[in-house]
Amino acid sequence: MTDHLRLYEIMATIRAADDKLASIVMSGQAMLMLYSPRGHEAIAAGVTHDLTPDDYVVTTYRGLHDHIAKGVPLPELFAEILGRATGTCKGKGGSMHITHPASGLMVTTGIVGGGLPVANGLALASALRGDGRVTVCSFGDGASNIGAFHEALNLASLWSLPVVFVCQNNGYAEHTAYAKGTAVERIADRAPAYRMRGVTIDGRDPVAVQEAASEAIAAARSGLGPTLLEALTWRLGGHYVGADFSYMAAEEMEAARAADPVPAYRARLLAEGRLSEEDLAAADKRAGDAVEVAMEFALASPFADPDEILVDVYAAGAPG
Amino acid sequence: MTTTETPMMTLVEATRLALDDALAADPSVLLLGEDIADDEGGGVLHVTKGLSARHGTGRVRSTPISEQAIMGAAVGAAIAGMRPVAEIMLMNFVAVCMDQLFNHAAKLRFMSGGQTAVPLTVRTVTGAGAGFGAQHSDMLEAWLAHAPGLKVVIPSSPADAYGLLSSCISDDDPCVFVEHTLLYYGGAAGPAPERGSRIPLGQANVVRTGGDVTLIAYGKPVIEAVGVADTLGREGIGVEVIDLRTVSPWDETTVLESVARTRRAVIAHEAVRRFGVGAEIAARIHEELHDTLAAPVGRVGSAFCPVPFAMPMEYRYLYSAEAIEAAVRATLRA
Repeated sequence: MTDHLRLYEIMATIRAADDKLASIVMSGQAMLMLYSPRGHEAIAAGVTHDLTPDDYVVTTYRGLHDHIAKGVPLPELFAEILGRATGTCKGKGGSMHITHPASGLMVTTGIVGGGLPVANGLALASALRGDGRVTVCSFGDGASNIGAFHEALNLASLWSLPVVFVCQNNGYAEHTAYAKGTAVERIADRAPAYRMRGVTIDGRDPVAVQEAASEAIAAARSGLGPTLLEALTWRLGGHYVGADFSYMAAEEMEAARAADPVPAYRARLLAEGRLSEEDLAAADKRAGDAVEVAMEFALASPFADPDEILVDVYAAGAPG
Repeated sequence: MTTTETPMMTLVEATRLALDDALAADPSVLLLGEDIADDEGGGVLHVTKGLSARHGTGRVRSTPISEQAIMGAAVGAAIAGMRPVAEIMLMNFVAVCMDQLFNHAAKLRFMSGGQTAVPLTVRTVTGAGAGFGAQHSDMLEAWLAHAPGLKVVIPSSPADAYGLLSSCISDDDPCVFVEHTLLYYGGAAGPAPERGSRIPLGQANVVRTGGDVTLIAYGKPVIEAVGVADTLGREGIGVEVIDLRTVSPWDETTVLESVARTRRAVIAHEAVRRFGVGAEIAARIHEELHDTLAAPVGRVGSAFCPVPFAMPMEYRYLYSAEAIEAAVRATLRA
């Protein structure tokens, strides 16, 4: 059963978090690279809908939406993004390396395609232990052109691993338009080459994502092996917050903004009578309040202590 | 034939025994690699022969020729709490999966603020002198020793291989364990290890004591170093031979304590000399003991070219016992 309120509230929280972080960066309150997931909200909400907290997620530097949807607590998440000692990773990782095993968020990688082989290992551990966990691995369309993608899909299929590969196809690999970097029309077309189910869905529709992900997760959990889900969306901004994006087609950007998945889903819920304006406004307020409280916590937290740089290099610290 | 009290064992047998014992002792230990299961011959060099028969192909898994997938699977299994041992068939193939090793295995503990440990062991073999040419022979330990988060371990004998590999597998950090092709078989057999023995990582082994010069090596050059020590010993020159065993993090205490006494030091390794591990060790000795040293620290390594194929060229490339002896004598003349 689709929990529409949950889907919407996660999307609203992601949007509020993204707005807040962008304002912090653009106002000069923090200096950091921020890879906005604007346009990807429905994918994260839909994919995580049928995951348990124990299930694993591996994602990328454009991962804020995945972190929030998987349940990484907002205060520690913001604190990490701002390099504070109270962050999920004690300020050592930053936005590109958010890790929170307590929420099942195991790896956030800054290397395009680097997460897929690691996701297989998490899934292999689950398969060997019989713990019933599923691993979801998110990555972008650009990642499907790197060797690790192909090695990982082949191995996952060969070993029938409980993993779901989610390609969040937002039309651009950094600055390069999809068709100029990818020889196939659809990323999902690559799945049959690895004897794997491949499904392309509208990544701006959280219900479509949830239904497809639900099927893929169930298949993985029951031993039927991996699925490659391709969720189509549009990156509603540049490669990073503040970056030039004049290389993106203006009319396409305009159309994409008109189809922004967050307000679109809100309007649809109202139109279909699934949720009232009151319900939605309350969800918006909860999302906004949670973001405000989290940012206050992060900004009030001390910066990570430079004396700690040799801690966690090895289990026993590091040689001087 | 004479009989000896201690049974002898090859490096292949000792390595296999360490893997076998680790698989038997800990259900979280898992082997991954190309051709390692018995259906595929138990490894191209037969190191893992019999292990899949004893422990099952679930835990002794042959993989496709996909180094990124192998290393990534090992990293993921490790952060989920397993103790994978990934075999990268030859050390040059580490280049294929360097992203997984360097950007992920080495850094995930740190980047996560200590939340995700990577108790992973990478086994690999290499070494020049057997005509394998430029892409199957390199000693690349300096690449790996330069990566904060990785441990690099290179055994010089079968018993050390057993004790060190056992320690790597139970260590909570990613370890790269480098075997040498020429030490694998009968000619380099040594006393068998004691089952269950462990050699601590990061601790060097003083193989020969001596008061005139400290000779530091690891892996195969330890054998030549001991030979040089014996030769010079007959002339009354005391050569202290230190086998580092662990290249990173290396045992600075033992080395510096020894050189403080002998006031002379030579480092020998098979890797090319330029930018090698010997440069780091020499620099540390100079930093700490400059005023004590009676001579500049000597360095022995191989020539700065890809490993050549033709035998006379390969031998010209390689470090040698003669080069080690000359370097030691040079420090004594200073």
